[in-house]
Amino acid sequence: MTPPAFSPAGLRFENIDKRYGGLLALRSVSLAIAPGECVVFAGRNGSGKTTLLRIAARLVRPSRGSVSFSGKTGDVEEDAIRPGFVAHATMVYDELTAEENLLLFARLQDVEKPENRVDALLKEVGLSERRASLVRTFSRGMRQRVAIARALLHEPAVLLFDEPATGLDPQGVAWLAEAIRRLRDSGRTILMSLHGESEISSLGTRAIRLDAGSIAADTRTGSTFRSILTFADA
Amino acid sequence: MSLLSNAAVLLGKELRTEFRSRELLTTTVVFILIVIVLFSFTFDPTSDESRRFAPGLLWLAFLFASSLMLQPCFLREQHNDTLSALRLSVSDPFAIFLAKVAANTLFLLLTELLLLPIFAVMYNVPVIRVMHWLLLVFALASLGISTAGTALSAISAQARMRELMLPLLMLPLLTPILVASTEVTKRLFEREPSVQWTGIGFLAVFDVVFLTALWLFGEYLLEE
Repeated sequence: MTPPAFSPAGLRFENIDKRYGGLLALRSVSLAIAPGECVVFAGRNGSGKTTLLRIAARLVRPSRGSVSFSGKTGDVEEDAIRPGFVAHATMVYDELTAEENLLLFARLQDVEKPENRVDALLKEVGLSERRASLVRTFSRGMRQRVAIARALLHEPAVLLFDEPATGLDPQGVAWLAEAIRRLRDSGRTILMSLHGESEISSLGTRAIRLDAGSIAADTRTGSTFRSILTFADA
Repeated sequence: MSLLSNAAVLLGKELRTEFRSRELLTTTVVFILIVIVLFSFTFDPTSDESRRFAPGLLWLAFLFASSLMLQPCFLREQHNDTLSALRLSVSDPFAIFLAKVAANTLFLLLTELLLLPIFAVMYNVPVIRVMHWLLLVFALASLGISTAGTALSAISAQARMRELMLPLLMLPLLTPILVASTEVTKRLFEREPSVQWTGIGFLAVFDVVFLTALWLFGEYLLEE
């Protein structure tokens, strides 16, 4: 894994409401996440997990409340932290090669020496030999590797995973779990939404269950941690 | 990174993906060709009639074709949620619009230039002696169509019945461009060609107004 070039950062959600028309997707969610935590969000479909992660990524504007990021030295400016985001949609172009996709996003994010960074990431996700292949020729697992490389281009201190294992075979899930474990161990703050228990959920240091847009449970310890994940899966 | 360099990187992506698949260009060229040929079958105009009616036909064909061309502009970004990846990456969301407007303008211009000789032959209208003025009208009108069309494509991509929504929103809004371009082109096709500066001025103002509106409010069009 490339040596970290980021400063650890935490997040604070304050009184977040999100309304889509008549539907209240999130209700007064307040939450503080310390730098380096690996938080698993669990909950049934429609419980608000994706909305919360997209608000953290600043892709969705909350109807009320705010999200702020904090570094070692206190609050940091909103734009100083740009989280990396991986979802079940790969967020890369099928008509471009793996390398072209990564170079595109590296240049947009003003990454220094983009060619070198892309080289390193392609090696890291095991796609060096397929760098010149169009993404549309890739398996689901390979696409998700490109997606993770894209999210890591700018060395984000905060990573958001929205059901990243959807559609992956057991080998793909194992690879993803190992990748997330390394990212967690490098000191990054990780927020991920998952369905039920898996190799990936076991990486969490904290589990939060959302129910109808509110926090129903929040724990860091063993049996309660597992019950949050299994209950959400029911 | 500046707005312009972000937009240049994105323009490169738009051109690369289009020239690799040629989906938009092929569809649009074939569509306009069909319209021009079908019209030539339905009436047999004299040279004077051609000068009067052909400009309107030409711009109607361009306008309908542009609604085809602009339809996938933001729909394609929804396929893998690449629009979210772009929004996470650019420092100013206007860069996304700027690149798409530039790419759509180039595609539309290319289509117009490819079809102009065929149109000139089939409708027997002289274009060579006024080519530089035609290029100016094509450029201004294409920029206006692309700017308004790209904004509406962003809106319609999030709507229900999205395939129908874009032409329904776009065609009425672009009527002023249709009228101005047709009038300017008609004057250029006359036996004694002249430049209608009010029409050209109108097209330029339309472009500036819509580009400014897109710069000011474009960010809201991309929000979920």
